Amino acid sequence: MSQVDAMAVHSTGHAESSSPFAIPTKKLAMWLFIISDAATFGACLVAYGFLRNGTPNWPTPFKFSPTVINTMAMTFILITSSLTMLLGVRAAKLADKTMALGWVYLTAALGAVFALLHLREWLGMIHEGVRLFQNPWGSGLFGAAFFSVTGLHLLHVTAGVLALVAVGLRYKQGRYHADDIEILGLYWHFVDLVWMFVVPFVYLMNVAR
Amino acid sequence: MTTDNGAASYTGGWSRILIVYACILVLAGLQFVIAYEHIDTWQMFGRMLAVAIVEAGLAVMFFMHLGSEKRGFVIFVAVFTLFVLAALQYGWTDSFRMMLGAAPNSSYQTAH
Repeated sequence: MSQVDAMAVHSTGHAESSSPFAIPTKKLAMWLFIISDAATFGACLVAYGFLRNGTPNWPTPFKFSPTVINTMAMTFILITSSLTMLLGVRAAKLADKTMALGWVYLTAALGAVFALLHLREWLGMIHEGVRLFQNPWGSGLFGAAFFSVTGLHLLHVTAGVLALVAVGLRYKQGRYHADDIEILGLYWHFVDLVWMFVVPFVYLMNVAR
Repeated sequence: MTTDNGAASYTGGWSRILIVYACILVLAGLQFVIAYEHIDTWQMFGRMLAVAIVEAGLAVMFFMHLGSEKRGFVIFVAVFTLFVLAALQYGWTDSFRMMLGAAPNSSYQTAH
């Protein structure tokens, strides 16, 4: 074996040992972030459930119109944005740059619509008198718990929209590649996944009857 | 030409993607139906949680392609995440104390 071959073997071995689970480093970092973020959202939802279960006069203010209809629309938009993100990653992996950019920007647009609907929902509640520590219906903790959980999710969506635009622009310039789109896609799907738990526990368990 | 640089494959057919998308939409719709069923809070919570877990499982396996990664990585993610989420549940008895004045089925609750 020549010295060059030996160096190549050594180099390959080093690359494998420095890439746990044979996953690219950036992708592994995103998965680790997702695990830690799942713990953060898990803690928020458990705290929400803790307060809801332990508070006798917990309000159930959400009416079919406008809140539940609005939540349905937001859910449809976010799940659809996951589909468009997936199609964007697929196009990027197939080296179809134009299609990939189109799907990524469509995903960002859907995320922006979701954020606007969410803000409209918040403004409606604020207009009805909901504040962080008081509301017209019952326990004052409701506002703090509601705005904390949904606010954390809205922050993630907003950050995701900005990231989609930024990564899209760099991908267009050739500075980022298909793998970067894929890694951002993991984040976006996670944001969608969290919403699947926020909707039933924060909204649907509190519908007015 | 593909630029795949990981175990996960995103270049499969459209049909599977669309089927998973439709399934998740239907499950999300089911949660809205459950919300208007005349059942008690705990039953509703159980059903909502079950549906949300199935939805999340579909998203993780087919949208995030965790199922296509190395088995060791899947086990790492699953064990680590589930352990942390399970560990968060330790304080529920205190929540019942707030509601009932005692933990469920405790002798304190029976005596008072």
